[in-house]
Amino acid sequence: MAVTRPGKPVQRARGLSDRAVAWIFISPTIVLLLAINIFPLLWTIYLSFTNYRANQPGRPVRWVGVENYERLLGSEDIWEYLQATAHFVGWSIFFQVVLGLGLALLINRQFKGHTALTTLILLPMMLSPAVVGVFWTYIYQPQAGIFNYIINFFIDAGSFTMIGDVNLAPWSIVLVDTWMWTPYVMLICLAGLRSIPDYIYEAAEVDRASKLRQFWSITLPMVLPFLMLAVLFRAIENFKMFDMVVELTSGGPGSITELASINLKREAFEKWRTGYSSAFAVILFVTVFGAGNIYVKFLNKVKQR
Amino acid sequence: MSRVSHGPGQRRRFFRRGPWENAATALIGVGVFMLMQSFSLWLFGYSFAVILVGTIGFVIVSHFPEA
Repeated sequence: MAVTRPGKPVQRARGLSDRAVAWIFISPTIVLLLAINIFPLLWTIYLSFTNYRANQPGRPVRWVGVENYERLLGSEDIWEYLQATAHFVGWSIFFQVVLGLGLALLINRQFKGHTALTTLILLPMMLSPAVVGVFWTYIYQPQAGIFNYIINFFIDAGSFTMIGDVNLAPWSIVLVDTWMWTPYVMLICLAGLRSIPDYIYEAAEVDRASKLRQFWSITLPMVLPFLMLAVLFRAIENFKMFDMVVELTSGGPGSITELASINLKREAFEKWRTGYSSAFAVILFVTVFGAGNIYVKFLNKVKQR
Repeated sequence: MSRVSHGPGQRRRFFRRGPWENAATALIGVGVFMLMQSFSLWLFGYSFAVILVGTIGFVIVSHFPEA
């Protein structure tokens, strides 16, 4: 008769322990994560301290220390690209939040056909950003595009070009991004609005609170965590925005809409300055990571209230 | 000469997560602003260092005890 020794895990006698099974299941994920996320990140950090050029593999790689970072952070061009990125991120998120919340408040009223309208509103975010970029170039066409026609229908703006004008081009990309991603913010806000129990509004009605007061004291505070989550996702995505803007303006006219990610791609795969562009990528990564940390901390505080 | 002793309680009070996390958050915020502002190239030049210190600091202090 087999005697089980005290202290020895019972599972071992029957097979693998729970912990071993857990490790077997998660190890492929960990290996994949290391191979496609962690290793490239560490490799990029290493390359950012070298003069490596990916189109010259035989060339000896020299350690240059923080030279790439010094050149990047002393460059007026890079500074301008980051300002263009800030303009794009800031304004597009502002419009998306205002319009997204407004649309969510409208859709939340149970009127006839609201489901069909919701589906229609959600259509733009289901499209590929590159496709959106291409067809908005047709919409913005000065001669045949519908955008100029609509503007001229309401105000006599004459002949103008949205993506060819230095003053209008930054707003043209903001407009397209707002058109595409407002439904996403709306959807998240709608989830927040639907989670508010009716009895809170009923209690407010009993207390004779006005609609505006109900909005400021009930709706907005309860939707705020959802809204902040939407802003976090959109801010990170817009900071990395590439495909839509490349298709729409290619960074032009001049370099007025050249966002940080577009310039990064130019440096890495057109000029082949791999070390320099790696340093730029590290700067962008640390910025997004840092800003994301602040945001998550703030979000947790709002949730705890 | 008498020496002031710093007991574990005092050390714990000093290394609380709250104020340090706030300081790191403020540093990151200032750094991001410096990176994206449009009036001083000098501020832009030091922005990454500020963000980096803030971010590394945030990661470290988020492991401090709550109180």
